[in-house]
Amino acid sequence: MNRGNRQIDILISRYDPERDDQPRTERYTVPYAHDSSVLDALLYIKDHLDGSLSFRWSCRMAICGSCGKMINGVPSLSCKTFLRDYAPGPLYIEALHHFPVIKDLVVDQAGFFDKLPESRPWLIRDQERALADGPHRQSPRQRARFASTSACINCLLCYAACPQYGMKPDFAGPALLALVERYNADSRDQGKAERMPMINAEDGVWSCTLVGNCSAVCPKDVDPAAAINRNKLESAKDYFLRFLKIGSGGAE
Amino acid sequence: MAKQYKPRSHEPVVWLLFAAGGMAAAMLMPALVLITGIAAPLGLLAEDSLNYERVIGMLGSPVGKLVAFPFISLLFWHAMHRIFHGLHDLGIHAGLGYYRVLCYGFALLATLLTAGILFLI
Repeated sequence: MNRGNRQIDILISRYDPERDDQPRTERYTVPYAHDSSVLDALLYIKDHLDGSLSFRWSCRMAICGSCGKMINGVPSLSCKTFLRDYAPGPLYIEALHHFPVIKDLVVDQAGFFDKLPESRPWLIRDQERALADGPHRQSPRQRARFASTSACINCLLCYAACPQYGMKPDFAGPALLALVERYNADSRDQGKAERMPMINAEDGVWSCTLVGNCSAVCPKDVDPAAAINRNKLESAKDYFLRFLKIGSGGAE
Repeated sequence: MAKQYKPRSHEPVVWLLFAAGGMAAAMLMPALVLITGIAAPLGLLAEDSLNYERVIGMLGSPVGKLVAFPFISLLFWHAMHRIFHGLHDLGIHAGLGYYRVLCYGFALLATLLTAGILFLI
């Protein structure tokens, strides 16, 4: 990290459930340069000021999805957020909202990952294509149908931004419902009927009231709000067409 | 342990009415504002074009009724659905069943009244 000659104060919400009754705020002063990210600042604090600070990170380039934090109240990737934009400071960093805190800025992601298998996020085929038949061919237009939804990196910023998920943790939530659309929209996939129950449930698309925060904070432009609301129409079609036996499935 | 997503929600019934109402409002309201809010006060319309006899005559015709009924009643479904979910967003969840009956009951009542009044014209 290029330390630079500017300084900024950072307030961090610290919490160790084994020792603290409630979270406390600590203030750190860090040097920064034009290209210093919030993650750089956290690493500086851990290396030079307080080794007990806990936070997740890995790739530093907005593709691993592990360094999400609340930065001044907005869910953000700390590697993709720059200190210069918060000058003269201070800026306030907390763990992602709507998830239990394990320690400091590290949250328990089970509320998302426990639900993940139910969205069937893989290609489902009635009959596997034989190797000898060669690869699945897909036109650019077919590929474009899931280009945006396949960009999700499971960073969970959308869950921290979603007031509905905050009130009701059983809600499947933005990223999972976008993931359902990603596979349903794939021309190689035949598993839509298996995924419709998740879409059709009260805890599926119907818990969304189109607040739109998920799409506003998404660092990969997935636009989960649009994906969910396209699937409200799919669910509505499925609701009525099932009586004609031409619906896309989804048992009670 | 993966969460199981069931049963199916019955939300599509009211959501489709809500969506249709939104579409109706988006198409109808600009035209109504233009005619009654701008054109009429500025005297851009032919004289007597909005007088009582004319308007009631239009609404009383079979075609008028056919157009007026969905446009009026769907707006109630749209508004009450938005208010119902707005309650949830505002933090009022207790007794959602009660509010559900109140909101959609009002929309249903308004729909029946609309049908009744149009029938009597």
